[in-house]
Amino acid sequence: MASELLVIDGLSKTFSAPAGDVIALSNIRLQVRKGEFITIIGPSGCGKSTLLKIVAGLDTRYTGTVLLNGKPIEGPSIEKGFIFQEPRLFPWLTVEKNIAANLSLKNPQVRQRVNELIELVRLQGFEKSYPRELSGGMAQRVSIARALLRNPDVLLLDEPFGALDAFTRTHMQEVLLDIWQRNGTTMLFVTHDLDEAVFLGERVVIMNPRPGHIRSVLPVDLPFPRKRSGTAFQEMRRLVLNEFEKVEEPLYDVGGGI
Amino acid sequence: MQASAEKALVPPLTPKKRTLKSSSLSIMTTNLLLGLLVPVGLLIAWEIAGTLGYLNPVLLPKPSSIWAELVGMTSSGELARHLGISAWRALLGFLIGGGLGLAAGIWVGFSYKTERLLDPTLQMLRTLPHLAIAPLFILWFGFGETSKLLLIAKGSFFPLYVNTFLGIRSVDSKLFDVGKVLQFSKWQMITRLILPASLPNIFLGIRLSVGVAWLGLVVAEMMGSSSGVGYLINDARSFSLTTVVFVGIIVFAVVGKLSDFVIRLIEARMLRWQDSYKGEGAK
Repeated sequence: MASELLVIDGLSKTFSAPAGDVIALSNIRLQVRKGEFITIIGPSGCGKSTLLKIVAGLDTRYTGTVLLNGKPIEGPSIEKGFIFQEPRLFPWLTVEKNIAANLSLKNPQVRQRVNELIELVRLQGFEKSYPRELSGGMAQRVSIARALLRNPDVLLLDEPFGALDAFTRTHMQEVLLDIWQRNGTTMLFVTHDLDEAVFLGERVVIMNPRPGHIRSVLPVDLPFPRKRSGTAFQEMRRLVLNEFEKVEEPLYDVGGGI
Repeated sequence: MQASAEKALVPPLTPKKRTLKSSSLSIMTTNLLLGLLVPVGLLIAWEIAGTLGYLNPVLLPKPSSIWAELVGMTSSGELARHLGISAWRALLGFLIGGGLGLAAGIWVGFSYKTERLLDPTLQMLRTLPHLAIAPLFILWFGFGETSKLLLIAKGSFFPLYVNTFLGIRSVDSKLFDVGKVLQFSKWQMITRLILPASLPNIFLGIRLSVGVAWLGLVVAEMMGSSSGVGYLINDARSFSLTTVVFVGIIVFAVVGKLSDFVIRLIEARMLRWQDSYKGEGAK
């Protein structure tokens, strides 16, 4: 237990609706080691985003255990960096001020870290740009830098590249892997893109809906950088896909990748 | 021969820059000329009609005599004295009313409880016309500065109140989640998120408030006063000095436009980050 950064056990979550209660998550069990890259994949409505929001502390109404560093999660905090599907930058702040947000750039330590992060996410030259001047991929990189500045124990990413075009998405995946390898930040990455899940994750968590539960957790024993065209990758991809096809109902949302 | 050919190849870089600059300059002057076309045309027609004797000089004096009056009043220092007093009243009234409006807008905007408590009353007061309130203020505070300032303040309170409230309530709730995740304190939520996000609305409120402050000023000074541009107009009217009335109107127009221009300048600087529709045909 002690070596696990994040421990989720017996986690259930029910949404109360006028038409009747909906079970969003049922008996989720997952343990994440420090420095691990976990991808969570599943069709819409499987509760993967809800799971991420609970870990982030944005949703505290659940039953079961969620422990980060052995302590229960009580609310949002900078230990849990969160990347939303949209970059959600402050439009009135420049790139560097967005990264600093509520920290002062006049503090030399913050200044230096911000400079390092701008280099890490490859945004040199855009420090003074406003969000409206950035492309979608650049804006998302700013939001990643913003989260990393707080040295989070875990970075929670909720379909962060879902709104990007295929080329930018591939590029961003490489950027994220680069950050992970250089920084060692633990990643919990939610996606509905099969290729993305297999390309990034050391373990792929497969979730199914009604009620939202973990169907299986598959380790991806392929060395980085992975080649999408390689036979091992394709084999792994098929393995994950098989997990979905065991479900009786057709899932239209699966494999939305390239 | 060869040397001159080379020379011809090099220079075009600089002239190109110059033509770019001058073309944007010429667009500006064209816009200016276009905007001036109607008022200048009207003025010329007016002057000609006056000179030909078609207009009664007591009711509608010629532009040239209004100009002469303006020059005369400016050089005697009379205009500056009255304008100074008026501007001071408008500014003070705006600061009191606008400041309170901003504070009330922020307070009511933040709390649903306060909204239910205060907003119905404030909305009721908002619809009261200046002219209906003015006699009451005069009864309570006499013809002194207090009643004038209160009247101006009452006017400038509401545009800022309504717009600040609206601005706060239209902050993107998704950004609140970002604030939470980044562990913003309550104070940081206000100063780093809510206020900057509602700044466009607050500026709109300021512009409207300043306009209303000038309106309230005229009402206040016409009700009873011995100084200020409003008094100047009222006094001239009773002596049928129509040129002076026109001078007063012109001064109000120019000062109103000028104050609006200054606010817009500050606004444009502070809202550089905005990415919104600028209108068809904007550069």
